[in-house]
Formats: sequence, C-alpha cells, structure tokens
Amino acid sequence: MTDNESKRPQPPGFATRAIHAGASPDPSTGARNVPIYQTTSYVFDDADHAASLFNLQTFGYIYTRIGNPTISALEEKVASLENGRAAVAAASGHAAQLMTFFTLLEPGDEFVASRNLYGGSITQFTHTFKKFGWTVHFVDPTDPENFRAALTPKCKLIFLENLANPGGIVVDMEPVAEIARAAGIPLIVDNTMASPFLCQPFDWGADIAIHSMTKFLGGHGTSMGGITVESGRFDWGQNDKFPSMTTPDPAYHGLTFYETFGDFGFSTKMRAVALRDLGPQIAPMNAFMILTGIETLPLRMARHVENAQAVAEFLEGHEQVAWVSYAGLKSSPFNDLAKKYLPKGAGSVFTFGVKGGYEAGMRTVESVELLSHLANVGDTRSLIIHPASTTHRQLTPDQLVAAGAGPDVVRVSIGIETVEDIIADLDQALNAGARIATSAAAQ
Amino acid sequence: MKELYYPDWQIRRILREANTIAMVGASQSWNRPSYFAMKYLQEKGFRVIPVNPRAAGEEILGERAYASLTDIPDKVDIVDIFRRSDQVGPIVDDAIEIGAPIIWMQLTIRNDEAAAKAEATGATVIMDRCPKIEFGRLSGELGWSGVNTKVITSRRSKRIRA
Repeated sequence: MTDNESKRPQPPGFATRAIHAGASPDPSTGARNVPIYQTTSYVFDDADHAASLFNLQTFGYIYTRIGNPTISALEEKVASLENGRAAVAAASGHAAQLMTFFTLLEPGDEFVASRNLYGGSITQFTHTFKKFGWTVHFVDPTDPENFRAALTPKCKLIFLENLANPGGIVVDMEPVAEIARAAGIPLIVDNTMASPFLCQPFDWGADIAIHSMTKFLGGHGTSMGGITVESGRFDWGQNDKFPSMTTPDPAYHGLTFYETFGDFGFSTKMRAVALRDLGPQIAPMNAFMILTGIETLPLRMARHVENAQAVAEFLEGHEQVAWVSYAGLKSSPFNDLAKKYLPKGAGSVFTFGVKGGYEAGMRTVESVELLSHLANVGDTRSLIIHPASTTHRQLTPDQLVAAGAGPDVVRVSIGIETVEDIIADLDQALNAGARIATSAAAQ
Repeated sequence: MKELYYPDWQIRRILREANTIAMVGASQSWNRPSYFAMKYLQEKGFRVIPVNPRAAGEEILGERAYASLTDIPDKVDIVDIFRRSDQVGPIVDDAIEIGAPIIWMQLTIRNDEAAAKAEATGATVIMDRCPKIEFGRLSGELGWSGVNTKVITSRRSKRIRA
C-alpha cells in the first residue's frame, strides 16, 4: 500500500481557514475577495450541459435559488470551520432548520429535542412543524438519559442547543451522541451560541450542525442567514429510517441520493429538493456580508468571551442582581461542562435575575444608554432584552420558566466594546431600574 | 485499518496525465453513480471505456462496452473499479495483466491485499476515492456544491487538464 502518511501536511489552523477556506481568488478575474455574484441565472454551454446540470451529473450553477458562487464560498467556509463535509446555506437559521428536518422527516415522524432552545425554535417545533406532520418530544437536557427515555420507534433525530439561552445551560453532548448512535439516528446540534470557534459539535459525535449566521458568524448585526453543515460520517443506509436518503427519489427520476453522493448526500438532497422546492435561499449580498464577518470570527469571539466573563463576574457582585446564570462562573452548575465543551469561554449570551422581578427587570432594560434594547444576539454591540415580554412571548407561563425565561430574567449579549463601558452602563441601568420600580411600587 | 492518504499533487498529476479510463461496472442506467462519473469524466476530456459483461457489445454514452478488461484493444491509463471490495481481486488481476499503470477503486471500496499485489508490479493504487469527486475538488468545482474541498490557496485555480 502507498504509505504517504509521514508526508501528510498539517491542516491549516482555524484562523487561516476563517479567512481563506472557500475563498480562493476568482478563477476568471483573479478578484482576491469573493465577488458578490448578483445574478439569478447562469448560461448553459449547450443542451447536453443543461441536462447534466439538471440531472446533478455535473457540478455547476443553474439558478441562484439552488446555488450561487458567493453563497457556495460561504458554505464551504463554514463547512471547513466545523470540520464538516459540506454545508447548505439558507435565508435564516429558521429556514436552515426547516430544510434540515424536511430532508429527514416524513409525515408521521417524531423527534426528541431539548426543551432549552431559542424560543423561536420551540414555537417552530411545537406549532409550525405540526403542519408538516412531525411531532416533537421535549426533554430536560440536563440529564442525557432523558433523551433516551423519550425516544419512540418513530423518532428520526435528536436535536439540542449545546449552549442554551436563556438558562446558561451546557448540554453534555457526548453521551447524547452515544444515545443517538445506539438508536441509529443523527444528533443535530444548534451551534449558534458557541460558534465553531468555541465548540465543534462533530468532535463530540454530532452528525449535523446548524447555525443562525445572523449571530456570531456574521457578527455585525447586518445580515440574516442560516446554514446546515453535515459531518459526512452518518450512515444513512444502516436502517430503513431515512427513505429520502436511501430510496429512489421520484422528484429526481429515481436518483438515490446517499448512494450517488455518499458523504455529502444529505447536503445534496437538502439543496436539490428542500432548497429547490421550499425556496429560502440566502441573498448573495447577505452571504458576502457574512463571509466578511467570519474573517474576524476568532478575534471577535475571543473578545466576546473575555468581556462576557468580566461582566458576569461584575453582575454576580451587584446588589440589585439576584442571580447570574453564566456557565463561565464557578457558581454555575454547568461550569464543569463548560470547561469540557467550551474551554475558550462559555459564549457571550447569558441571563441574570433582577431583584424586584418583572417591573425592575423591564425598567433596567429601559434605562440602558450603551447597550441596545433589541431582539438579537451575537452583534459587535452589547445587547439587552427582557425575554418574557419579547422573544419568548408566545410561550405559556410554564414553558417560560422551563425555558429559563421567567419574569425577572434579563438577557444580555455582551459585545466587543471597552468592557469598563459595558459594566458602567449596566451598573447605572440596574440602579435606575431599581429606583423606578421602587417608586412605582410606593405609589 | 490504516487511514488512506493521497497527497493532492499525486491525484492532480494522475488526472492531468491520464487519457483513457476503463470503468469496471459502468452502468447503462442514467441515474446510477457510475453513469454520473463516466459522463462527467468524458466532459473533462477523458476517454472512458465501459466494462460491463451485461452491456458487452452495446454502447454507453457513445463508447462500446466490453465484457472484461482483457477484451479492450486500446491502451488503458486508469482502471476505475465500481465493485464491492470483496469482488475486487480478479479485476485487479486483469488490470495487472493489461499493464494499467493506475488502479483506482471507488469511494467505499478498498482491498489492501489486491492493492499490495498491484503495487508489487509497479502500479499505482488509489482506494476509496472517486475520480469525479477528486477532479471536482481539485478544480474547485466541488466547492460549488458547498462541499469542503480543504483546498486553501491564494492563487487562482489552474485547470487540471489543458
């Protein structure tokens, strides 16, 4: 056998890939940065070339709804950062999530999900997915065995957020991946809050990673985007649970995706069917903005977690603060798991409780001057919100508490400003919030 | 089992220098993986000769199919094998007999014993790889499908074949 093992070069580092992966110079013009290919369609050389493209027999572009050079540069870059095989981008994280499930589930199928998810995901799974005929079983993710106990024969996947907001929960992914493996189903991890800089779910046995690129990957709060990355390691043919991967597809004249495309069969199916037929493609301009953002991901994330740790420690000692749930704090029950799965830092989004409950929490959020009161996370700017009255508003009171979004909870996404300024603004806002709440109560 | 590793320069050189590929297991059905690979490699300028006993004497994508490698009258540069790993042995024996310099086993196909035998005669053996995917990867085309090519370069991509 050819033995070239000793000559295998060291793979490029994360920061190198953040800049260069998927983004070699444009082959026709030599343009060094990835151009914004603002075009809907692409010419065919001849009828046979067109046929090859439509049959998926050759690589190439047909129509931007299913592929575009700016978007594919972004897909390859994120696939590289996750150490995955391939990726498919989407207009938003929600769209990526829908297309992932659409590719794997049939009507009547079920899945198990952590109950500690972004509120929008809980609503999407509970209500909108019901219309596709899919049923979710939510479990408390703090005991991995809960995932096993909730599995039914119709369950086709397990879904979790490794770093869950609100709640500051770090899920013990490794045993959950083992439970999924034993059941012959993939583990899908929403890695938005950690970003691939802080955590790479495939290292812990996950099979698919999903991101809202709107958050840390884009990083600047300019552009919506989502992406699904496949590890390339899941064997779709090990059982009969995934007919969309392993049986001839009538929408492609009997093509079998797993057999034909192997370790990027899932991505190919998601692109060729879900993206084609549901249509939530990301705009090339947004792909470009996110590509530019990712180039500085390692620098930004390092500062995000450094600032978040300092702010969390400050808040923990503040007299108006009842509690802080940041996995980077020694007081957090998830501190050990954070050291295992997030050794560079426990993200920059966390929640804290304001003494005085709903009123004081709301007034604190209304009193900020530097932090921005809005519904996003992962911006360069520090952000603040009261989840119970905004992002998690659609949830029932029980779901609110279960999701870590009770009435006194304030969520912050710590940005990369000068940390003393973030701390000073939170300090004055907490004191102002307490004053207003107290005087309102006195009247 | 030892992980297989083939440096990019080696694959690139094979795909640049070879002209004729004998494809063992080439299918007549348009939706089979071997048909996809054959059509793509033809588009890239290779002559692909199908080897398939069931199609012997008939044409696949404009090329006459042969029952076995030893029936092919022309010089073959690469033998590309679409067969289960445990059925590769006799095909590699035929490839050695016709003096093919490169023996290539498709994705998921690996037979270390047959490979060692072929290498002892001076042949180069590539296993568990697809020439179509490797061509696409090294030319940048695979990245058009969002696949991680692992190619990092500050140079404009060069055509593999003139």
